[in-house]
Amino acid sequence: MPPKTKSREPFSAWRSSFTLKALLKAVAKETGALRRTIRIMEVCGTHTMTLHRSGLKPLLKEIGVSLISGPGCPVCITPDSYHEAIIDLITKEKNFLAATFGDMTRVPTRKGALQTIVPTFGSAIKIIYSPEETLALARKNPDKQVIFFGAGFETTIPSIAVVLQKAYSENLKNFSVLAALWLIPPAIRTILQSGEVAIDGFLYPGHVSAIIGEEAYRFVAEEYRIPGAIAGFEPADILLGILSVARQIRENNPTVSNEYQRVVRPEGNPQAMRLMAEMLEPFDAYWRGLGLIPKSGLRIKPEWAEYDAIKRFNLKLKAEKTLRTGCRCGEVLKGLIGPTDCPLFGTSCDPEHPRGPCMVSYEGACLIEYKYSSGAKKK
Amino acid sequence: MCLAVPGKVVSLNKDGIGKVDYMGTTVLANLTLLPEIKLGDWVIVHAGFAISRLDRKEARKTLRLFKELEKLNTPE
Amino acid sequence: MNKVSLEMGSGGRLMQEFIKKNLLPKFRNPFLTQLHDAALLPKGYALTTDSYTVDPIFFPGGDIGTLCVNGTINDLVVSGARPEYLSLALIIEEGLEYNVLDRILLSIKKTAAKSQVQIVTGDTKVVPQGQADKIYINTAGLGCLVGKPQPQQIRPGDKLLVTGPVGEHGLAIMLSRNNFRMFSGIRSDCSPLLFLLPLWKKGALWMRDITRGGLATVLSELADKVHFPLLVEEEKIPFSRNLKGAVEILGIDPLYLACEGRALLVVREAGANKILNQLKKNPLSRQAAIIGEVQDRVGRKGEALLRAASGGLRLLEPLTSELLPRIC
Repeated sequence: MPPKTKSREPFSAWRSSFTLKALLKAVAKETGALRRTIRIMEVCGTHTMTLHRSGLKPLLKEIGVSLISGPGCPVCITPDSYHEAIIDLITKEKNFLAATFGDMTRVPTRKGALQTIVPTFGSAIKIIYSPEETLALARKNPDKQVIFFGAGFETTIPSIAVVLQKAYSENLKNFSVLAALWLIPPAIRTILQSGEVAIDGFLYPGHVSAIIGEEAYRFVAEEYRIPGAIAGFEPADILLGILSVARQIRENNPTVSNEYQRVVRPEGNPQAMRLMAEMLEPFDAYWRGLGLIPKSGLRIKPEWAEYDAIKRFNLKLKAEKTLRTGCRCGEVLKGLIGPTDCPLFGTSCDPEHPRGPCMVSYEGACLIEYKYSSGAKKK
Repeated sequence: MCLAVPGKVVSLNKDGIGKVDYMGTTVLANLTLLPEIKLGDWVIVHAGFAISRLDRKEARKTLRLFKELEKLNTPE
Repeated sequence: MNKVSLEMGSGGRLMQEFIKKNLLPKFRNPFLTQLHDAALLPKGYALTTDSYTVDPIFFPGGDIGTLCVNGTINDLVVSGARPEYLSLALIIEEGLEYNVLDRILLSIKKTAAKSQVQIVTGDTKVVPQGQADKIYINTAGLGCLVGKPQPQQIRPGDKLLVTGPVGEHGLAIMLSRNNFRMFSGIRSDCSPLLFLLPLWKKGALWMRDITRGGLATVLSELADKVHFPLLVEEEKIPFSRNLKGAVEILGIDPLYLACEGRALLVVREAGANKILNQLKKNPLSRQAAIIGEVQDRVGRKGEALLRAASGGLRLLEPLTSELLPRIC
């Protein structure tokens, strides 16, 4: 019987070894009946992180579930040219404050990483936890130009839209956003269209889904006949998602199942989506490693051009055709290879000397493999 | 890209900013993406923004599911 | 790289590389190459030094004054020495308010007195505005050996113990340095570890104070030293509840957050519970816990492994670069 301890932690049941072992058993029963290993792509970097930190990934491998990391890593897929544009501003212009999320600052580019370049006098980089902080920065520093380098998927995009709207309503004169906003469903479609990966099922990102709802993934089940489950981020949530996918495979009944109903409504968050539509518009965006994907990015609408750093500072963002020599981040993001299949992994590419973003981002597949798996090589 | 925590809304002010408590830590959260949120509701907070309401009835359903699975697991 | 980056000073692998590839070859001698927290010298002396550049200089639970005394004291304690004398070198930025300086000096005085250490020599420099961040402090500590760390005696079955909840100093600093709009009530755990000194004669084989890089880094370094893998149970590591909440919001791994008043001990299995009970009687180590052991059943030599609640294992690596909050 599970111990009857009363915990003040909201998640204790979702993390208890009792629950996890029971769920693993249930998954094993499904895969046992299938008698083969199933390959599930988890699209979201946060899922990748939890799978490794909770020790679940190797346990799942043992019971016939192979997990492939997908492109849900904004640091990994934002092209170098965005970073280089900010680096140029910070090192050449005075009084620029660039604000961005933590691991964006560690991405190595030809011009260095935001974390290690030396800003010109009066300029600086600020690491933020919330986009709200960038507005406070602009208000407190009226003599500086504040640029919010905001990168993210649908979980984060509405917050960035709110901040844009607030900047407009407060008539902030020293604030703009370099938007690097990416959409998940088009990326999934591109991966499936390429036909290059054998995927038996998807684990959909729970918090992206909280914004966009369930129907956004319907095409995967109906056009490609591939099962999928929307899953939360506690270890037990992930196992519930995997259990659902395994069952869908066994019953040959591909659908989009919502295993995170305590957070995800079928219609998503209408207010968030309304705001996104008001401030942003889709365009054909270039993803590092994946190339050009139709209608896969969001940019700031022309009527808000004053707050669009690209227009305001005439930034040139080049599309890059290839990654730097030898870096196979693109293939890792598509799930074609695992990190350890890349010849640079653990040899010339490691966390202190990263050759590409997959080794830099906290949820980059390569960094996670290096940090958390026993397989990682040392000199 | 989905890091978020659930917390209870313990204060709300006029311009849509509230305080959310998670395990004894309070974080200021922008609540404007959830116009119908009330004091005492539970929300999911991502990067200082509440993005969804936590449905505790659904959470309890999941807890019951865990208990059932554990019962199946127990005769060992 | 041809320029020194901030990363090199962050305490992680780049710094280790710098020490091993750049410093050691130039200053090679048997005391330095031990790379203990303190140098164990002839005639029963131990010597250590540390520089303190913490920002902000005042933070919940302490300040640069408490830090510069306790940090150096603790390095001596975990090396087997009773701290006795400190040197105090100040590099002050022109323009620092006098009452701020006084406050720091009083803090140093109180902290030293509490641990019965005397400041016996020092130096004061003032640099032009902008060439230092308010104040930098270096302390060197001299102590007398009362015990001897014996990492070479460590063998399977030996237990790993921490003296209290981890990560509080690192989190307190991170929250006071930034404007994340969070309130957690976390205070730095900055405190002296003198209560560990008697344990050198009661079965402690090895100690390390958990500072920059956190518990994971110390475990990883210990694993490198001993000939057997380490296995730690995640559920046994003590964390305060408020800290757990804050790190989840920010997306930080608490195993990498610094402490300034906690230690990891290796003790023989036979005496482990006795030592634990003794620690629990002391208010500074009431939440001490046995978190794992040295063993040879799982993993390979040099590996520090963490067993998660799921039963699965995870490899602990040392901190490679500064901890940053994430949204993903």
